[in-house]
Amino acid sequence: MSGTAETRGMRWFKALTGDTSTDAPVWSGEASLGGETASFFSVVPDPDNRFPRARDNVVGLEQGWKLAQAVRAAMEQDASSQRKRPIVAIVDVKSQAYGYREETLGIHLACAAAVDAYASARDAGHPVVALIVGPAMSGAFLAHGYQANRIVALDAPGTMVHAMGKEAAARVTRRTVEDLDKLGETITPMSYTLASFAKLGLLDTLIEGVDADAPTQAQIERVRGVLAEAVQGARSDTTRGLSRRLESETAKKTRAASIEVRRRLAEQWDAAS
Amino acid sequence: MSTATLQHAPALRDSFIELTARERARALLDEGTFRELLGPFDRIESPWLPLQGIVCQADDGAVIARGTIDGQPAVIAAIESAFQGGSIGEVSGSKIAAALELALRDCERGKIVRPVVLFETGGVRLQEANLGLAVIAEMQAAIVALRRYVPVVGVIAGMVGCFGGMSLAAGLCSYLIATKQGRLGMNGPEVIEQEAGIEELDSSDRRRVWQMIGGEQRVATGLADALVDDDAHAVRDAIRDVFARGVPEAPRTEQVSAYLARLARTDPADVTPETMRDVFNANEAAAPRREQA
Repeated sequence: MSGTAETRGMRWFKALTGDTSTDAPVWSGEASLGGETASFFSVVPDPDNRFPRARDNVVGLEQGWKLAQAVRAAMEQDASSQRKRPIVAIVDVKSQAYGYREETLGIHLACAAAVDAYASARDAGHPVVALIVGPAMSGAFLAHGYQANRIVALDAPGTMVHAMGKEAAARVTRRTVEDLDKLGETITPMSYTLASFAKLGLLDTLIEGVDADAPTQAQIERVRGVLAEAVQGARSDTTRGLSRRLESETAKKTRAASIEVRRRLAEQWDAAS
Repeated sequence: MSTATLQHAPALRDSFIELTARERARALLDEGTFRELLGPFDRIESPWLPLQGIVCQADDGAVIARGTIDGQPAVIAAIESAFQGGSIGEVSGSKIAAALELALRDCERGKIVRPVVLFETGGVRLQEANLGLAVIAEMQAAIVALRRYVPVVGVIAGMVGCFGGMSLAAGLCSYLIATKQGRLGMNGPEVIEQEAGIEELDSSDRRRVWQMIGGEQRVATGLADALVDDDAHAVRDAIRDVFARGVPEAPRTEQVSAYLARLARTDPADVTPETMRDVFNANEAAAPRREQA
């Protein structure tokens, strides 16, 4: 992270939550959402991080384990109450951290710990919502956001979901960035756009008309409203798993194979007697 | 060839690594119990590869097999590295996720099914990018829910290893069994070199790579549980052994404060396989304590 520019993850955390109770690289805090107290988490740049490859808004060793710690602390607060607080992941993560130290010390496990914490919160009955305000990339998104009951996103330049950064994907697949963009227009899962992500049935709400970098108070309130709605929706779900992602009309079209695999595997699961 | 001669032959090793995914699954289930689900004749193939001029495989590189392990109902999900490097596409990933979800359903009804995943994958199949990522998230959700009922066992035999989002899925497993040839890491050595430069990691330095993320190091540092020889019987025995141990009190990914403490004791200026072994003591990790969040 060069300079002092505020990332979207920081900006939206401040807008929705106010002050953080934990230091970078993971901000966490509580704020009112739809008349109840919710916990918010964001991965933010940490220019002084002990691990030099993890100073940007990326998910590295400390980010993964600290996300797990923060989410579990929020769960602990409601351990004895029936009603579980909403948990909101504010997603602005460029990638996982790439480095020798990271691999040696098990960054896969750090990210898995964050996955575990969010999934366990969802399983325990916390409505978990991911709000995408910037890039939601690859392993970093798996660790921070992809286990949510609901995924919502700002329709703004710079928000994107993908398995690999554009430049790296172009290098690996020996295509140009332009070719990749063109490919994304015809092959939906290859696209970086949130509109395509929505076509896969994975996005619950695309929030239009919000300035992601300098939102007005009215726009912030609108986002808060969408989050509260997502929380309500999650509370009314009959299952706590992710099966809902396959139930939308769009999923029935674009993820027909995912649905077919599940249907036929269930048929064959028990041996014919 | 008579079975009698086979049984009485000197203890020859049956390489596990050289087996295909289907043969691996068969070798690990109790003899005669292997039954494949959604096999090649069901022909559920990737809908996305033909659009990009890539030839499909009838099982999309994932083999799901039911049978028993030590007489207990089991399901094995085996990834075939010979097809697209074991990469996870919509169909191959959904097969694995669905198998875990069905095991979960049975466990919730009081019918325990032992799940085993044979990881042999570079992670997301880039031609199916966002759907590969999505199904991996679904697989992870199933592992977290399932491992409360029954150990979820992962095997990393090699030679591809286990990378990308699938390394997180492996990290979530109750127990991991690895060979010396198996590697477990989030970012492959080539990706690190490409993203961070050759001074960060020279991916052609195979010795360094193996010392960093190889099975032996992962077991020595407690990030995997059992090191086995490249031998089908050894893998089979190790699987039976960890199932016999039962559900661990605290899986690795729940030991948050213990791992944060280890990181805090680590000097970032002096991270080597040796210094890591000092801090990430395997014996300490092998005796997990229930901890407060």
